[in-house]
Amino acid sequence: MAALDDLERAYRGIARTPEFRRELGGHLRDFVGRPTPLYFAERFSERVGRAVYFKREDLNHTGAHKINNVLGQILLARRMGKRRVIAETGAGQHGLATAAACARFGLTCIVYMGAEDIVRQKPNVEKMALLGAAVVPVESGSRTLKDATSEALRDWVTNVRDTFYVIGSVVGPHPYPMIVRDFQSVIGRETLAQCRRRFGALPDALVACVGGGSNAIGLFAPFLRHDAVRLFGVEAAGLGLRSGRHAATLTRGKPGVLHGTYSYLLYDRDGQVVLPHSVSAGLDYPGVGPEHAFLKDAGRVEYVAVTDREALAAFRLVSRLEGIIPALETAHALAWMVKAARRFGKSDRIVVNLSGRGDKDMAIVGKAGKTFR
Amino acid sequence: MSRVSRLLSARRPGHKLLAPFFTAGFPDPAVWRALVGTAAAAGADIIEIGIPFSDPLADGPAIQFSSHCALRNGLSLAVLLDGIADLRARLDLPFILMGYYNPLLAYGEERFLEDAAAAGVDGLIIPDLPIEEAVSYRRAARRQGLSTVFLVAPTSTPERVKLIDKSSTDFVYAVTVTGVTGTGKTFGEATDAYLRRLTAVLTRPFVAGFGVNGPAAARRMARYADGVVIGSALVEVIRSAATKRQAATEVGRFLDTVRRVLP
Repeated sequence: MAALDDLERAYRGIARTPEFRRELGGHLRDFVGRPTPLYFAERFSERVGRAVYFKREDLNHTGAHKINNVLGQILLARRMGKRRVIAETGAGQHGLATAAACARFGLTCIVYMGAEDIVRQKPNVEKMALLGAAVVPVESGSRTLKDATSEALRDWVTNVRDTFYVIGSVVGPHPYPMIVRDFQSVIGRETLAQCRRRFGALPDALVACVGGGSNAIGLFAPFLRHDAVRLFGVEAAGLGLRSGRHAATLTRGKPGVLHGTYSYLLYDRDGQVVLPHSVSAGLDYPGVGPEHAFLKDAGRVEYVAVTDREALAAFRLVSRLEGIIPALETAHALAWMVKAARRFGKSDRIVVNLSGRGDKDMAIVGKAGKTFR
Repeated sequence: MSRVSRLLSARRPGHKLLAPFFTAGFPDPAVWRALVGTAAAAGADIIEIGIPFSDPLADGPAIQFSSHCALRNGLSLAVLLDGIADLRARLDLPFILMGYYNPLLAYGEERFLEDAAAAGVDGLIIPDLPIEEAVSYRRAARRQGLSTVFLVAPTSTPERVKLIDKSSTDFVYAVTVTGVTGTGKTFGEATDAYLRRLTAVLTRPFVAGFGVNGPAAARRMARYADGVVIGSALVEVIRSAATKRQAATEVGRFLDTVRRVLP
């Protein structure tokens, strides 16, 4: 609790000052390459029959939206005088972003990663090592993101005095969900400004995939008060919602407590956390950000789910139609767009958060191709 | 008067409490209960019973292992409470449950506390339930006459220590390390200073735990604490025993060595 109080105090005292924002803004521009374009996906739009725009977070340095939050937290860690940085990672995108930022600022970086994910996401593991991070394989439990998060939290409580824990999604104990949302909101703020400039209007709908939920909350946050903008979060239905092998926490979970968060959670009759499944390592988490739970219960965001198979099909479709290889996580949002296009009006403008690029997924898709074709 | 308050008020002056911790269902659904009996015979004052959980965040490898074994052995909360009722029929020392919040939530907080009290549980320690979130839990526990024990840590501020003292009933649990259970670190001056600080601030007795791995560490803690909790070290003793029958002998012998060094 003391560490969380310190973090919150530091965050409120430092991160909201104009000076901090200027510094972060400079790094986001020069190191990350922001602002990212709002891209009209012409051939994809033709295919689904609605005007679809991609917010190109895949063009960020290190290949996903994760770096937005990482840079914010790393600058905070520096101001707090912490020289040792730890992170958990699922698909490896958050770990990679953290490794890059630590290299950039000369900080020690330790990344906890499930042993299973290390196999699934080999290229990212190699990149992290090249950037000087120590990747620690986590062998406990499901050997994926959930256990990597547990192990990172154990490290943090042990080394709390000199260590900063960079959480990668809007999960974990307060103030993390708030901090990560705020740093990711740059996605939504840019989108809002880009839409106003381009259309002279707000978009009609926003669509994003949801694992822990950071890219979605980052896109949605500035739009929450604009009731006319419809918001959709797409979860991983894995092998199907009825199969019991999915990661659709909001769609199928119940309120529960994990990793210091009270939110929707996948667990059995005895309260034991159920192992989630998704073809995408980044969505493979049994919990979800508590603000998403709130937005679901408040009816502000509609949460839906698509299967592994649908996501893989969209992965191929978007690669062929747009020349953009999306991350498998992102492919869930795209798959739902294909499936649900008819829910939108003919003149609607829809923004899909293209949260990351899919190079890291080539091996999985190659393997899955044999199974799914 | 509850078993816990009776124990605390009837202590002879200077007596230090020995509180061994057992994961319910480890090494199997029958033997863990026999081990509790062994511990009582070896001079335990309180038994801490771990509720196995899929994601034991505050625990190191030993208790992660015992938890997963217990779950593989099918230890549900219903089976756990049956086991406790069975122990209660034979033993009169306090049983304190220690576990994470989600199983309680799934069972139904109020219903669980009611059933736990009926089975013969005397109190609970829930490391991932901070006092800020424990309002309904404390109310329901009070209704059932159950002790609610909260944790202080070396990183806790003096204000927080006072708040935890106030929110706990009967006694407080002092985490002796910054970190998880079973780290096997050696304790030094800093730990002494921390425990000394606690004796000055706390109005209630406190037990020290996390990383108390044998007689030497127990004796050191007992200079300031009113008792010690030993958990991970017991898991290791049980794990390394050649047979389950042997485990009981080894547990008895180990606790004996600890009891002997405690005043």
